[in-house]
Amino acid sequence: MSDSTDSPIRGPFPARIRPSLYELFRSFVIVSISGFGGALPWARRMIVEQRRWMTAEEFNEAFALSQFLPGPNVVNFSVVFGSRFGGAPGAAVALAGLMGPPLIIVTVLAILYARYGELEVLGRILAGITAAATGLLIAVVAKMAAPLFLKRWDWAPIIAIAAFVGVAIMQWPLPLVFAGLAPVSIALAWIKR
Amino acid sequence: MNQSPLIPLFGYFALLSLFAVGGANAAIPEMHRIAVEVMQWMSDRQFTDSFAIAQISPGPNVIIVTLIGYHVAGLAGAAVATIGMCGPTCVLAFVVARTWDHFKEARWRIAIQAGLVPVSLGLIAASAFVLARSADHSIYAGLITAVTAFVGFATRINPLWIFAAGGILGLTGQL
Repeated sequence: MSDSTDSPIRGPFPARIRPSLYELFRSFVIVSISGFGGALPWARRMIVEQRRWMTAEEFNEAFALSQFLPGPNVVNFSVVFGSRFGGAPGAAVALAGLMGPPLIIVTVLAILYARYGELEVLGRILAGITAAATGLLIAVVAKMAAPLFLKRWDWAPIIAIAAFVGVAIMQWPLPLVFAGLAPVSIALAWIKR
Repeated sequence: MNQSPLIPLFGYFALLSLFAVGGANAAIPEMHRIAVEVMQWMSDRQFTDSFAIAQISPGPNVIIVTLIGYHVAGLAGAAVATIGMCGPTCVLAFVVARTWDHFKEARWRIAIQAGLVPVSLGLIAASAFVLARSADHSIYAGLITAVTAFVGFATRINPLWIFAAGGILGLTGQL
């Protein structure tokens, strides 16, 4: 298994202490509330370095799997991780820990926004944050694109550009673009190897 | 409201979640298309506001669907949208996690993994484009985006600082 460019590898950490359901829940609560701008670095720190529930390699494996599955990556990770250590109850407990606190916080924010969303001051602040967050997203794209585009120009950049054009410029529905491109891309990856 | 929006709310997010390779950030254009254009649940500004609130909230960014759901149908909408977005993929993750290790070296698995990377890259790039189109109505806002893109690429600064700076610039500037 090769590590993706972003995967948080490093350091040999002897692993394997089995967490209880309560510990699973508690740890994902901590991950969720400390995870501004992506919860994964926090998850890694806790799971590999502090609690030693997984080795760095095992973590990268589980992380790669969560990234490749559709849907929110950290949410997938909590399920993959929880189920490994506690089956279905473990998955449920990890998921509840991850989503519980943010759901409560965001619901409160949603109620506040419904009441004060029309305020001009709030609108300006949020517009500034959106502009900044968009910039951060562009940075993420640039970091992801660098290894793909600079190494050599094969099929991968063409697929990426096609996905971008289909969704952003043509504004086609995502399922349609996915159904058209994913099989081609996977087939090309298969042949290429 | 004659027709309950809960069913389309659940249906759209459940469908969307299964195609969102690259996570919540890859799904922004489709959320925008559905919520703002097709269903007209919210305005462009309300959508970008929701995005901003999700960014500054702790926890996974997918929480934007909770905000959209709340906007459409209150607490029930928030619950339904969140379950729709997380439910199907959680079941999938659970099933796949049990069998995945057996196929560690399988060629098809490696091909799927490698093949999906460029797709998700394109989708996330599309998200950035759609957000920029909705958010950067002034040169000033465009400038904030450009500068944060550079700072985000060149440094490993905590995003919270960047959001704080963006908020202050938005408050004081000509957005």
